[in-house]
Amino acid sequence: MAQRSAFERVTLARHPDRPGVEDYIRALFTDFFEQRGDRLFGDDAAILGGIALFHGRPVTVIGQRKGHTRQENLRCNFGMPGPEGYRKAQRLMRQAEKFGRPVLTFVDTPGAYPGLEAEARGQGEAIAQSLALMSRLRVPIITLVTGEGGSGGALALAMGNTVLMLENAVYSVLSPEGFASILWKDPARAREASEAMRLTAADLLELGVADRVLPEPEAGAQADPQAVYRTVNAALVQALRAADRIASPAEHRRRRYLAMGRSLVRQKKEQTAWD
Amino acid sequence: MINDGFSNRRRQLLRLKVLREGRQPQDPARPKAEGVFAPCPDCGRAVSRRTWAERQNVCPHCGFHRPMSAYQRMEQILDPGSFKELDAGLCGGDPLQFDGYPEKLRRLRQITGLQEAVVCAKGRIGGAAVVIGVMDSRFLMGSMGVAVGEKIARAADTARREKLPLILFCASGGARMQEGILSLMQMAKTAEAVSRFQDAGGLYIACLTHPTTGGVTASFASLADVTLAEPGALIGFAGPRVIEQTIGQTLPQGFQRSEYLLEHGFLDAVVPRAELRGVLIRLLQLHGKGGRRRGTAQRV
Repeated sequence: MAQRSAFERVTLARHPDRPGVEDYIRALFTDFFEQRGDRLFGDDAAILGGIALFHGRPVTVIGQRKGHTRQENLRCNFGMPGPEGYRKAQRLMRQAEKFGRPVLTFVDTPGAYPGLEAEARGQGEAIAQSLALMSRLRVPIITLVTGEGGSGGALALAMGNTVLMLENAVYSVLSPEGFASILWKDPARAREASEAMRLTAADLLELGVADRVLPEPEAGAQADPQAVYRTVNAALVQALRAADRIASPAEHRRRRYLAMGRSLVRQKKEQTAWD
Repeated sequence: MINDGFSNRRRQLLRLKVLREGRQPQDPARPKAEGVFAPCPDCGRAVSRRTWAERQNVCPHCGFHRPMSAYQRMEQILDPGSFKELDAGLCGGDPLQFDGYPEKLRRLRQITGLQEAVVCAKGRIGGAAVVIGVMDSRFLMGSMGVAVGEKIARAADTARREKLPLILFCASGGARMQEGILSLMQMAKTAEAVSRFQDAGGLYIACLTHPTTGGVTASFASLADVTLAEPGALIGFAGPRVIEQTIGQTLPQGFQRSEYLLEHGFLDAVVPRAELRGVLIRLLQLHGKGGRRRGTAQRV
């Protein structure tokens, strides 16, 4: 894999020509039927979802969509979903469970949209409900972080049984700009923040958040999308095969997420037992 | 060094004494030389420290609810003498090896007498046994890192195994930046733990206090069976400053405050601090917990 600084990867992860969920759907799936709307308020173009066939097998596909042109960017709100987007995703996941379809999620977002309307309609509640739903969903969830995994807005689609990351994808608690702004009161120190945050795919593999890193072409995914589709295709086939062998996907996820950070936990003195 | 050891011990004893005897706690971090009056942060009028203490940190002029420390809150809500802390010594690590973070934690532990930003306990409310967690905004803005996530998850698990109601007082700026992605993962962990508890039939009551934002709002704080909030608390996902920068205009008065959330359908009730314990007792009784009416339960 290519040698790069974390900030170079952040830049690549945000590259406008980097393949997004709509590109992966076109390249890897057949018979895609888009499902729209949350049945509560509206439809959010920042999340694209529906049913498709993956090697002939029905699956539910969901992902944040940024779009490639200026016009698409605006329509998709630069990949920043509002509560309607997350509630649409919940609706699709519940249906996937009902019909026994695995859920494949493609994560690429700077974060959930921080806007007045989004707050008024419960952005926090929508994300929380997505997490609760994913923690109990009885079908497997496979997540691929394709670009930017920004904060809670990314996590709300990313609680997979398996979490894959492209080599130059990043995934973090907040954008490097936001991180620098909160901790150093200086958003211009984003480059420095990127290095400090441990947000690259290799870091996340080491921290146990990602399960596998998928290599990209030397110059990044945008340079040779076909090569990336081949890699992703093979990885998804493999991940699905592994997921099919899991007796209880919900229990598997439960263990995976309860373990997050547990190795760091210390007790100052003897305390109650924990199973 | 020796002095530090002594003052720590003194603080701990004081804390225990306060909880056992139900006395007003004295903040050990309070500087010695200070006035009799402390102005209300909201209306600016002078309020004597004694009045603040007597009125549970609520301003007698404007009703502003000053943040409470976790142990003060435990004392306010729990039956005297019933407090039994869970995972008191639990702490996390420094996964990013972030410059200055361990020192910051050490200093905060000294100042606040807290180990982490949440205190969890078993106790009784109006006779009903409960598992309770209280976040403390003095500790890195109540931010959720590995230790906070772990304590909340363990509290939910204890409640599930012992079939007790779970009550969480939230106060948090969100995920803890200094622990990076693992802080974000605590949202998944806590959401998972409270959902599992609820799926097993457990009653979960959340009380959102000032401020409840970010990753805490977007995880366990928004998943309760009954959601209460103190008046005037800031509750939201994105912070007001970030929203203003995004949309390029100033936000309307009262935006993201408890009353606004109530109006928009995200709360069951806004409850003034003085009535909180009574409301909790009533809710527990309505779920068949705590036996006969006692304490300040009101008749409907």
